[in-house]
Amino acid sequence: MTLLAVQSLSKSFGGVVAAQDVDFALERGEMLALIGPNGAGKSTVFNMIGGQLRSDHGQVLLDGQDITAISPQARFRRGVGRTFQVAQAFLSMSVAENVQMALVSRARESRALWSPARKRHREEALMLLDRVGMADAADRPCSALAYGDVKRVELAIALAGQPKLLLMDEPTAGMAPRERAALMDLTASIAASEGIGVLFTEHDMDVVFGHAGRVLVLLRGRIIASGAPDEIRSNPDVQQAYLGDDHALAQPTGAEAP
Amino acid sequence: MDPSFLVIQALNGLASASSLFITACGLTIVFGVTRIVNFAHGSLYMIGAYTAATLVPRLLELSFGPVSFWAGILVSALIVGIIGVLIEVLLLRRIYGAPELFQLLATFGLVLVVQDLVVQVFGPQDILGPRAPGLRAPVEILGRRFPSYELVLIAAGPVVLGLVWLLLRRTRFGVLVRAATQDRDMIAALGVNQAILFTGTLFLGAFLAGLGGALQIPRVAANTGMDLAIIAEAFVVTVVGGMGSVTGAFLAALIIGQLQAFGILIFPKSTLVVVFLLMAVVLAIRPNGLFGRPETVGGTHAVGIASHKPRSSNWILGLAAIAALACLPLAADAYLLKVATEILIFALFAFSLQLLIGVGGLVSFGHAAFFGLGAYGAALAVKWLGAPMEAALPAGLVLAGTGAALIGAFVVRLSGIYLAMMTLAAAQILYAVAFQWVEVTGGDNGIVGVWPSAWASGQVPYYLMTLGLTVVAVFLLVRIINAPFGYALRAARDSEPRAESIGINLRQHRWLAFMISGAAAGLSGGLYAFSRGSVDPGLLGIPTSVDALTMLLLGGIQTVMGPLVGAGVLHFLRDQIMPLTSLWRLFLGLSIIAMVLLFPRGLVGTVQHWREERA
Amino acid sequence: MAKASMIRWLALGAALALASPAVQAQQKDPIRIGELNSYSKWAAFTVPYRNGWQMALEEINAKGGVLGRPIEIISRDDGATPGDATRVADELVTRENVSLLFGSFLSNAGVAMADFANQKKIPYIAAEPLTDAITMAQGNRYTYRIRPNNFMQVGMLVDEAKLSGAKRWAIVAPNYEYGQSAAEVFKRLIKERVPGAEIVAEQYPALGKIEAGATVSALEQAKPDGIFNVLFGPDLTQFVREGNTRGLFEDATVLSLLTGEPEWMLPLKDEVPEGWTVTGYPWDQIKEPKHEAFVKAYREKYSETPRLGSLLGYMTAYMIRDTIERAGSTETEAILKALEDTKFETVIGPVTMRGIDNQSTMGAWVGKLEQQGAGGRMTDWEYKAGEPFMHPESEVKAARKE
Repeated sequence: MTLLAVQSLSKSFGGVVAAQDVDFALERGEMLALIGPNGAGKSTVFNMIGGQLRSDHGQVLLDGQDITAISPQARFRRGVGRTFQVAQAFLSMSVAENVQMALVSRARESRALWSPARKRHREEALMLLDRVGMADAADRPCSALAYGDVKRVELAIALAGQPKLLLMDEPTAGMAPRERAALMDLTASIAASEGIGVLFTEHDMDVVFGHAGRVLVLLRGRIIASGAPDEIRSNPDVQQAYLGDDHALAQPTGAEAP
Repeated sequence: MDPSFLVIQALNGLASASSLFITACGLTIVFGVTRIVNFAHGSLYMIGAYTAATLVPRLLELSFGPVSFWAGILVSALIVGIIGVLIEVLLLRRIYGAPELFQLLATFGLVLVVQDLVVQVFGPQDILGPRAPGLRAPVEILGRRFPSYELVLIAAGPVVLGLVWLLLRRTRFGVLVRAATQDRDMIAALGVNQAILFTGTLFLGAFLAGLGGALQIPRVAANTGMDLAIIAEAFVVTVVGGMGSVTGAFLAALIIGQLQAFGILIFPKSTLVVVFLLMAVVLAIRPNGLFGRPETVGGTHAVGIASHKPRSSNWILGLAAIAALACLPLAADAYLLKVATEILIFALFAFSLQLLIGVGGLVSFGHAAFFGLGAYGAALAVKWLGAPMEAALPAGLVLAGTGAALIGAFVVRLSGIYLAMMTLAAAQILYAVAFQWVEVTGGDNGIVGVWPSAWASGQVPYYLMTLGLTVVAVFLLVRIINAPFGYALRAARDSEPRAESIGINLRQHRWLAFMISGAAAGLSGGLYAFSRGSVDPGLLGIPTSVDALTMLLLGGIQTVMGPLVGAGVLHFLRDQIMPLTSLWRLFLGLSIIAMVLLFPRGLVGTVQHWREERA
Repeated sequence: MAKASMIRWLALGAALALASPAVQAQQKDPIRIGELNSYSKWAAFTVPYRNGWQMALEEINAKGGVLGRPIEIISRDDGATPGDATRVADELVTRENVSLLFGSFLSNAGVAMADFANQKKIPYIAAEPLTDAITMAQGNRYTYRIRPNNFMQVGMLVDEAKLSGAKRWAIVAPNYEYGQSAAEVFKRLIKERVPGAEIVAEQYPALGKIEAGATVSALEQAKPDGIFNVLFGPDLTQFVREGNTRGLFEDATVLSLLTGEPEWMLPLKDEVPEGWTVTGYPWDQIKEPKHEAFVKAYREKYSETPRLGSLLGYMTAYMIRDTIERAGSTETEAILKALEDTKFETVIGPVTMRGIDNQSTMGAWVGKLEQQGAGGRMTDWEYKAGEPFMHPESEVKAARKE
């Protein structure tokens, strides 16, 4: 069964159309990239799926259930996890506590007033950190981490919610090229082994064509193309959209396709 | 009702609205560019009035006529503008990057300094300025006399609005001001000299405050209460209008002017409350005021408690401190015990605020509301129900908790500076109720005879009881801070989007935080009432809120135990210094400013920082 | 026991510390009196008052003090809040060992001090606060007041209201305890004493935040022929200017509390509302030789004119001296006994401390305002002794819980 179904999703801001009749679907275990030039409406679509924005029209279905109008908190409970374009972590906490916080919330313990948070779900948090390769840093303050490491922690936080759907808004922005490939490889392997559907936006075409199973291209709020990376690369509409940016759609060089 | 009366009343409202707008307009422009809510704006207004009331008569002696009068008004406003520049260069420039709380406190420190300086410079007596030459006589409107000066004032509002509009639209300075108001980062990107822009803005803001004050001299004697009287209303105007919006301020001033003019006919005894209720209603519907825009995410710089490795030595230190405090009655005389009792009470009060500010990042500028509710809850239970202390203390706690639930329900919808202003407004509403509802609260005389039960009435047992309750309450709060709930609050403070996306309901958690914090503050308020034997509206006033904030800051906002130390130091100093000098407000104000500038980590924070550096 | 020895040890230290300077001054060990007032916040009112008692103190000590000992007054700022006032008072009592307290300007500080005096069983003389509560509901045997209270001053003005013949009365009062209770007393007394009188309008602007234009229009609308005013300070100036311009006072009798006191009249300058009937203090026109001597000495010493506060400070210090002299000691019970129902000779004539409510019979000067040069003064005035205007005995008994 389709994991995520987006049906004629639309949004405009005071007359400016940011998204119009966006339709697509995402299967479990699939890596789907959403690309488009700046201002194409990627973030708008993303935030409507994540619950940060209300849509004007259309529906978002997760496992066949309508989640169009529910809050980000409720989406978390239905199995939506996400990372942000600018990494968002709890900088006043240690790395492990960041993940523990998500586990505490998943267990609906965030209103507990008595026993210390520091001791709850620590084992599971360490396991998750281990998966993203951050176990060694578990007790360091999150504010002391390099940016790339914060992004890994963010992934661990997102995974702590046992998501079915993982939304990643420019997961590799601000990272070194080698780190990018490593993070996306990691994501792909987790997605495959747990059957998580991943929707991500990305500017780096190496990442897109190297890791996406399928690519959606958004232009002025509409989807103009969708398909396998190779199809997209050769699609004339897409080339038109990216005109003037010759290298944007060039053959990936740094990373190999999975 | 007689139509001519309604017309006159509307004109009265317009005259007040104009005066209010001219002052508030400066406040809102300064906020727009610098993002600082300038508490001292009212002080600038007061200086404007004093300067004009002193200067204009001298000029009129030289040559009597409208020219001297209006020249005097303008010169006074210019002088205040220059004072504004001094304030910018010496103080504000250093705190643009600081958290809102520090900015609010620093400018409040300035208010205290100016209060004492004005008395030193202009003398303690009110100064009545002259009437405007040529505008002494009234004009006849629909068969009623109306002061011609008020007509000039009515015109002055729109004229100032027009001039400010021209300045903002037609000059390079104005373009920069508008750009900075919309997006701070843009200014940096444009390669503009920020320092000059900000100094210029402060000049403009202070000039308008001074003008507003100077224009008042034909109506009201310059007096030392003007600063806080105007600042509360100016806040309401800027918040209702939307902070940073000049047109919004104008509209809000018009609404408030009419509300007051006609409000006194319908509710002659509750005009103060009506104004703040308007603000509450507007913010409930539009959380950023009429024309305000939401702050971009990350615009608030929350600082606060961070995780530290638990140290076993902390436990030992804590137990040793409690043991030492428990032994204090062996060594201290009755008076020292009284001071110690009050310190413990304020420590709990400041600590309850730490849950909101240090943990939750919620800058409550009206924490006195809960302290006062606790005190009044206890006192009212004693007075009207004849309750003994054992029942009255919980009654105060419950009243404060309930009040916090009510106020919190409104407040958690807001963020940043609107949140701070809303808590301030809530405290002011309660203050007005306690001050004006004499039948129930005893008005400013308050309620006396709130003494402890016989077993606790001695200084020693009351001290020990306070110590016990404070220790228990602080212990519970520390547990809460370290429990998942405290972590969830911190999560919401650190990153709202991240907290939401891991399923944390921010409003619900913050609301609960208000209730817990309010109840704890209420307990301290009740203890204070019984230690003093009386309550009065001052407990709900702005200075009480500032006290708690100062204690928090002095101890260190990033530390769990900071507020306790801060309470001890501040109250001890006040007890030592206040009897010795009549300039204690100057002293307190300068200390607050010095703390913000030199010591932003506070006492405990500095020690902790130093320990970590060494480790 | 550890505790006992600790206390003894501390007591020994304290005794040594205190004894060393005291040895030299053994025979002239001063009588210690505590004093507190809002010197910082309300300087315009409290500094003249301090001048008054300081002048009296110097005179008293120059003549050898009392009981052969000089008087020492330990003065403190009361922070202008009840909480600070009672804490400062506590310090004066426990640390400074004063045997009597006096002072306070604000009513709320006075009420809290009265309750404090009762709790700590220490005599307290409120010189300035006006609220009835100090001698009525919150009154107690330790608390005394010298200035004529709210009820007495309003009563004096109601007599004038009766003479004026006005029947349609409007009230304007600041919206807090003092204003509201003055208005209540006026409403009650005018109905009792002036047949046919009615209240046609009431306005209670927020203290310090009057909307003067709107308030004046609202009163004007009711067409009163008499106005009872309780406003003071900045609110009053605004009200007077607006009212003068709009002609509110032209056909009306205006009664105004306290406006004739120099403290309140001086800031009004040339706006002093001519013809208002007020309570006040015409210091320059009181011809009793003792009072003239006081005024002369005060002007020489401070090169300024006395305010009512100056007179009250001066009177209070002398009354305290007389009390201690009569008591023969500084024992609390002896002092209370020496105060109760005692007649004092003061610069304004004899004043008795009435025993049932500890309110002095000091009266007030009632007269009309007139402009004089760039200021104003009282004219047609008369000193009204306090006795006839005090609370009736039955009311006192009902209000005081003792």
